[in-house]
Amino acid sequence: MAFFNVKALAVATATSAAALFSTAAQAVEIEYWQYFFDARVQAMETLIENFQEANPDITVKMTHFPYADYRTKVAAAIPAGEGPDVVQLFYGWLNDYVAADLIQPLPADVFPASQIDEEFFPMVQAMKEGDAYWALPTAVRSLALFYNERLLEAAGVEPPTTLDEMIAAAKAMTKRDGAGNLTQVGMTAGMTAQDHHWWREGLIRQFGGEPYVDDYQTVNYNNEAGLEALNFYSSLFTGDDAVSAIGFMDEPQAAFKAGRAGLHIDGSFRIGSLNNTRGLKWGVTELPATADGTRSNYSSYWVNAITTKAEGEKYDAAVKFMQYITSDEAMQIWLDVVGELPAKPSVGLTEENSNDPVFGPFIKGLAYAHTTKFANESGQRQLMVEMVERMTLQGMSAEESLAIAAEAEQKILDEYYNSASN
Amino acid sequence: MYRNLTIRQKQIVWAWAFLAIPILFYGVIRFYPTGNAILISFQEWNLLGDRTWTGLDNYQKLFADPVFWKVFKNTFVYLLLGTPISLVISFVIAYHLDKTRFMHGFLRMLYFLPFMTSAVAMAWVWRWFYQPVPVGLFNNALASIGIPQFPFLQSTTWALPSVLAPAIWAGLGFQVIIFMAGLRAIPRSYYEAARIDGVSSWTVLWEITLPLLKPTIVFIVVFSSIGFLRIFDHVFNMTTNNPGGPLNSTKPLVLMIYETAFSAFDMGYAAAQTVVLFLVLLVVSLIQLRLLRDS
Repeated sequence: MAFFNVKALAVATATSAAALFSTAAQAVEIEYWQYFFDARVQAMETLIENFQEANPDITVKMTHFPYADYRTKVAAAIPAGEGPDVVQLFYGWLNDYVAADLIQPLPADVFPASQIDEEFFPMVQAMKEGDAYWALPTAVRSLALFYNERLLEAAGVEPPTTLDEMIAAAKAMTKRDGAGNLTQVGMTAGMTAQDHHWWREGLIRQFGGEPYVDDYQTVNYNNEAGLEALNFYSSLFTGDDAVSAIGFMDEPQAAFKAGRAGLHIDGSFRIGSLNNTRGLKWGVTELPATADGTRSNYSSYWVNAITTKAEGEKYDAAVKFMQYITSDEAMQIWLDVVGELPAKPSVGLTEENSNDPVFGPFIKGLAYAHTTKFANESGQRQLMVEMVERMTLQGMSAEESLAIAAEAEQKILDEYYNSASN
Repeated sequence: MYRNLTIRQKQIVWAWAFLAIPILFYGVIRFYPTGNAILISFQEWNLLGDRTWTGLDNYQKLFADPVFWKVFKNTFVYLLLGTPISLVISFVIAYHLDKTRFMHGFLRMLYFLPFMTSAVAMAWVWRWFYQPVPVGLFNNALASIGIPQFPFLQSTTWALPSVLAPAIWAGLGFQVIIFMAGLRAIPRSYYEAARIDGVSSWTVLWEITLPLLKPTIVFIVVFSSIGFLRIFDHVFNMTTNNPGGPLNSTKPLVLMIYETAFSAFDMGYAAAQTVVLFLVLLVVSLIQLRLLRDS
């Protein structure tokens, strides 16, 4: 990472010097908002400087907020007309912004839908309505299986490629004390982290199901495939030969960082913090396939959109800026600085990127990834957490718990799609 | 015109002039948002779009929601366990601390320290204390003497008391100080008279100390009741990944309001919950003020 930072800094210094001399008198200023994450802010500063160099008559002012406040602040500011011209939103929020008339579609002449369909990874089509796209991402994220190299080596196993190998490897790395308490888990587990995505879009599909139908408006996992996926998942932490425990070391990523977990499923956004963990030797591989080679993954992303506040020359400037931040060049910078995956195969699937030992498994995962359309992500995640808790804490059968979760999730979806404001 | 007023009228004008500032402040900062919240509770609003009028829908949904009743019950469990336990413990500590001369100031500081500590930091430290092996302090201690693990935060029965314990501990210091002030305010002469009459110390406690402490006790009860009814930071920080869990067994009303408003962005429903909390606080406070008047 240090290397990339130096590079970014060099580019930044050179371009800010250039910007200093080329400041045009009648510059249009547009405002850009995103949440604060050091690398994201740094990457965006580089992009803005490059953009301003190419467009000396436009200045872009970036504002960022802590993540915890971001959604509320954006939601309060934009309707009040105080907000940005170009804003970064989580893909799951977009429906609400479209319904409330707060963002405008990207112009079809500059962003033709047919061209975007062709150039971007297919999951961005969730942002399309008719012939126009509402928003586009610079980068996307997917899941992969992290492994602790030292623990794998000590147990004498290879990084797993199938689910069966994964269980076998996890068993080999699980350690218990004299009383049978886990002191090291073969694999982390917990729906509170990324496992609910793995279960929904990964396991259910791998066991032959489809988690939702009807454009994610109807729950479809209360069936054979859903039950198999749930049984497989709960076998990780139930029974005498469990390879994991819910809440082991408080949080899955904490257990993995502390070197007390052999395997851990997480998103590409975790790479940075694992790199900063001293003494941890880790590697990453694609999410394990089924015996017949079926793979499935989950991907999510933040999109950039033009708000309805941008009009006239600001709108033109915003369109130009959108064009730049969704360009191949911007995506490569974003990958190098932030570690998030390019949203276009033309950038992501280059020889160098897809064979990268760290980014490669995530980028390959994008090819078979699905994006859940959430109505209320934390609410829907909570139902998965409770589905498992009913089994572990109350001894409920998987069938019954699955049925309750499916019914409760359908209720959230119905309320969301039938409510007056959507 | 001002010159023609009587002195009494001038005093009234000045009184209102000074009162205007807090009244304006309260009007804008307190009463306007309160009124608005009550209004929103009859509407549907996701913070982005228009507000739409839905009548009593939010309240109907609330009373039909099993999670709400669970949360309502939890809130009162926090109150009914937290207030008496903290009251008794803080009184016992204050009573004995009052008689202690040895390192009095230092001991008092030790009891007061948790009250000054940030609730967030304290909640996280306790959260780690409660973990299973290999991280948790308590469970490691149990394991080292061969006792099975205790599921502090991972049990629907024990999670609420586990969350409540540090909250009580954190509030003790304040209550101890108030009790000690109350004890000091009781005239010595009553105790001297009792000693001359040869009354047992138990009778002194029941007949002199406790009755004369009544205003102090009522104050602490009102104060800590409101605190426990509004409990949030301890619960939220000790269960962040699964707020109010497991299975809503620790979720208080304030946390449910927070989640409805700022994760689900269902402002109307959250406002309805807030109105219910407001009414609960109002009723509880009125009952307690009534008791205060009796004394």
